[in-house]
Amino acid sequence: MKGFGKYVIFLGSLFVRRETFKTYYQLVLEECIIIGIGSILLFVLVSTFMGAVSTIQTAANLVNPLIPRYIISQVVREMTILELAPTIMAIIYAGKVGSSMAGGLGTMRITEQIDALEVMGINSSSYLVLPKIIASILMYPLLVIVAGVCSLVGGYLVGTLTGIMTAEDYIYGIRLAFNPYFISFALIKSLVFAFLISSISSFKGYYTQGGALEVGIASTSAVTTSVIAVLLSDYFLAQLLL
Amino acid sequence: MIKINHISKAFNGRSVLDSISGEFDKGKTNLIIGSSGTGKSVLLKCIVGLLQPDQGSVYFDLRNFTEADKEMKSEIRREMGMLFQGGALFDSKNVEQNVMFPLDVLTTKPLEEKLDRVNFCLKRVGLENVNSKMPSEISGGMKKRVGIARAIVNNPNYLFCDEPNSGLDPQTSIVIDELIKEITEEYDITTVVVTHDMNSVMGIGEKIMFLYKGQKLWEGSYREIMNSGVKELDDFVFTNKVMKNLKGKVTSL
Ligand SMILES: Nc1ncnc2c1ncn2[C@@H]1O[C@H](COP(=O)(O)OP(=O)(O)OP(=O)(O)O)[C@@H](O)[C@H]1O
Ligand SMILES: [Mg+2]
Repeated sequence: MKGFGKYVIFLGSLFVRRETFKTYYQLVLEECIIIGIGSILLFVLVSTFMGAVSTIQTAANLVNPLIPRYIISQVVREMTILELAPTIMAIIYAGKVGSSMAGGLGTMRITEQIDALEVMGINSSSYLVLPKIIASILMYPLLVIVAGVCSLVGGYLVGTLTGIMTAEDYIYGIRLAFNPYFISFALIKSLVFAFLISSISSFKGYYTQGGALEVGIASTSAVTTSVIAVLLSDYFLAQLLL
Repeated sequence: MIKINHISKAFNGRSVLDSISGEFDKGKTNLIIGSSGTGKSVLLKCIVGLLQPDQGSVYFDLRNFTEADKEMKSEIRREMGMLFQGGALFDSKNVEQNVMFPLDVLTTKPLEEKLDRVNFCLKRVGLENVNSKMPSEISGGMKKRVGIARAIVNNPNYLFCDEPNSGLDPQTSIVIDELIKEITEEYDITTVVVTHDMNSVMGIGEKIMFLYKGQKLWEGSYREIMNSGVKELDDFVFTNKVMKNLKGKVTSL
């Protein structure tokens, strides 16, 4: 609870004593590139396989010949948009980007780089953390969209190549009874998750105390805490918005 | 000149600094010495404002820093340069970007002017042709030098160094010490150096403050340190047998 209060104060500190817009523009751009290039490959890989595996497993469960095959791709679509792309990818994102944010900030803390910024009169939390959060909020939804597309493509490839269903069936299922609101829901979720993961990980890294060991601990705890926060907020958002 | 008035600081109810007062003179290298864990770094952090003292105040040339508003604080901070124990260079920036960083954030000078100044400072600390090296590619002593270059790049009035020669060989230590002393005199700035290295004390200790368990027990210059009559200081100064034998025999240096 005390940690939560500190987290809220930390978030508040991001918005006081800021640098010029130009500085942030540059920093955000840099972070976007780091995040985007750093995680795109992993996202493509994981989501393609996820789509492929869900297709196979859904097909394996639908043994009743009365159920048309295109239901499979419809199910895969719903799973991908609602849960796999935004939420499961958030866990991957926490492991990849969150841990490196915490590790990077933790290292800067224990090697006094953060103190060096403060002595120069720079609000270090705002200077270092705000660009990371903004970049996450910008990049994560894009990554989720990419992951969603890859997942459906993965499903398509496996579905048609292994003979589970025809290409026409797959496409038909994908387009059947499509609710565009689910896309908005997925994007809202990804915005929330991006904020939670980047801010929690930065928080954990920024307040690291001690040495290299503690940086490792901060990294790990950044991932676990953000994952828990993601899952909790996933539940509440589903309750609230669906 | 920097003046501190009755600075006290406690962590979780445990007192670390107990009402420290003193002055650091302009144009001199002022040392804060004492054995490990006596609160030297905490005192330095209180002076530069990285830590808020529980009590007491810090004056930078008669400007009250502790109670200054944000604007005043950042104005005074612009006049500070600090060398950290490990150099604290930004890992993601190369040497040139590191040294230029204070100019980038604190001034609006054109790039060329900034580059000139950076190269001048790097030359001043004896580093040339390393502009594009990353901090991980240079040695500890070079990091310290880059740290000094970064600390002086914006023409500070106040220079702070936390253990400038820890982790360096004795020869390099002396070079760094001399560099700090020269810069201090050359630009007539107020320099505060935290150290527990006796070589530095004897080499550049024009004005020395001795801390012991969070209290200031003695103040003076290296000329007087051998005959202070303070037992704790003697224990600190005369750590080995050779030095102990010297005690009493040396009256003036
Ligand atoms: N942020 C902090 N929280 C709690 N205790 C602290 C903190 N910083 C320093 N201390 C305590 O204050 C005391 C003085 O520490 P300080 O770092 O000033 O020692 P020092 O004189 O610089 O020693 P050294 O020569 O080893 O660097 C130590 O006992 C340390 O445990
Ligand atoms: Mg120290």
